[in-house]
Amino acid sequence: MTSTSLRRRLVSRAAEAFCAVSVVIALLPLALILFYVVKEGIGALNADFFTKMPKPVGEAGGGMANAIAGTLILIAIAAGFAVPAGVICGIHLSEYPKSAFSTIVRFAADVLNGVPSIVVGIFVYGILVLPVKRFSALSGGVALGILMLPIVIRTTEELLRLVPAGLREGALALGATRSRAIFTVILPAALPGILTGILVALARVAGETAPLLFTAFNNRYWSTSLTQPIASLTVQVFTYAISPYEDWHRQAWAGAFLLVMMILVLSIAARLAVRRLERMNRP
Amino acid sequence: MNTTFKSRDDRGFRIGTGAIAALVLLVVLGIGFELTRQSLLSIAKFGFGFWKGTTWDPVSGEFGALPFIWGTLYSALLALLLSTPIAIGIAVFISELSPRALRQPLTYLTELLAAIPSIVYGLWGVFVLVPAVRKLELMTPESWKKIPLFKGPPLGVGMLAAALILAVMVIPLTSSVAREVLKNVPSTQREAAYALGATRWEAIRIALGFGRTGIIGAIMLGFGRALGETMAVTMVIGNNPQLSASLFAPQYTMAAVIANEFSEAADELYLHALIEIGLLLFIITIIVNLISRVMVRSRRTA
Repeated sequence: MTSTSLRRRLVSRAAEAFCAVSVVIALLPLALILFYVVKEGIGALNADFFTKMPKPVGEAGGGMANAIAGTLILIAIAAGFAVPAGVICGIHLSEYPKSAFSTIVRFAADVLNGVPSIVVGIFVYGILVLPVKRFSALSGGVALGILMLPIVIRTTEELLRLVPAGLREGALALGATRSRAIFTVILPAALPGILTGILVALARVAGETAPLLFTAFNNRYWSTSLTQPIASLTVQVFTYAISPYEDWHRQAWAGAFLLVMMILVLSIAARLAVRRLERMNRP
Repeated sequence: MNTTFKSRDDRGFRIGTGAIAALVLLVVLGIGFELTRQSLLSIAKFGFGFWKGTTWDPVSGEFGALPFIWGTLYSALLALLLSTPIAIGIAVFISELSPRALRQPLTYLTELLAAIPSIVYGLWGVFVLVPAVRKLELMTPESWKKIPLFKGPPLGVGMLAAALILAVMVIPLTSSVAREVLKNVPSTQREAAYALGATRWEAIRIALGFGRTGIIGAIMLGFGRALGETMAVTMVIGNNPQLSASLFAPQYTMAAVIANEFSEAADELYLHALIEIGLLLFIITIIVNLISRVMVRSRRTA
């Protein structure tokens, strides 16, 4: 009897130890990736990287100015349509949560969230690139926007539901129409949280490569035109990484470093916003 | 009069926001429609033989998707095998074992793993993981090489590297959903186990058993993510369409072939065949995701 209880306790200890070890196993690659990105990236990062254009093969130096600008433009296009559309869609879902239409839309947003980003790329290629036979910044931004939509919708819906019912009742009691109550009382109350969700969504799409390969494509030159192909950090890193040139590899690491930094900053900003929100909501 | 104004405003609001919400629906239906329309040539020419065909030859216009389907399923399955115990271990540690003060930081760090872009995983894979895998393959004893699992030259790039990187990439998703599931297991379940004299692990097993539908759903969500993962896999799997069980063999996945060959597909049949692969991927991921969502949600109300 004591031996079985000893055995059971040992099994328990071993299982607990395994759980602790698995945390270490998962954090090891994180540490390794961050270590290499910083080690290889920081050395190649200099003023030229931000201000110069890519040099032809064989010439040392050059930078990714066009790709940095391109990524910012692509994200701006994506946010420009996905944020308003996603927020309005989220408002609809939280206002009419039980309607058949809302159930279907929620379901569609779930499906969209699971669709591989490369498939979204093919879709946008079909509707925006193929008809005009030209890759464009606009199509890349739309592809990223579609990937943002489900995240924005879900956060908006969830956060609007957290707004105390008293606020809404107060507004309605004062004679406000539904839309007025939402846009002047309920939405502002949930806004910090929604902004957090938008930051998270931005961080996600800023790192997307696959849907850009055949929408925004790539561009060796400086371009801000929405109807021309445009460079992006991610596609540029990909192009450089699979090239055989040492100098390009270093640039690829620098690009990866910049990407990781952007995403870290965005997610820390989101984190701080959440913390402030929690403090505000505490009674 | 005031009420009619209000109700008219309400109706306008409902229809207005609903029209925007319908956009999401339109996009999902549009994806299905567009992918079908753009692959009609390939669907008409190869029919159901498409997913059984093993030849992929753009020059002679012969397209079969089986090697890509195989590579996708095999790599995702291997990734699942590697990631599941670790992901569940993390979920159990964070929700059941860890000191309170560690909970938030550990959650945040595992989520950071999910925030790192696929392309950065790929870059790291090419320059750090692949050489390490190659060293590992070189160390494989000669006698093992007769086993199909370890056949082939030690290239570094191949199924093993892809499975490893995929495993790391799906761990955060699986573990965060599994953590949610554990959080929703009523504490009475654990208390009852303790009251009967259970050890800590035995109580955890009861909790895991209670939430097993959700846990399996979490694992399947990870599977769905692994199926569609593109850049990192493209960069380390070796991109060679072949049906091989070997971990060392360079192979190819559905997402990777689209990423690599789409912009250079010169003739229409080639492009349509690639888009049909995208359509298959779309259908497979939808099915996997739907089943897992249903499973994850089924216990929430319990």
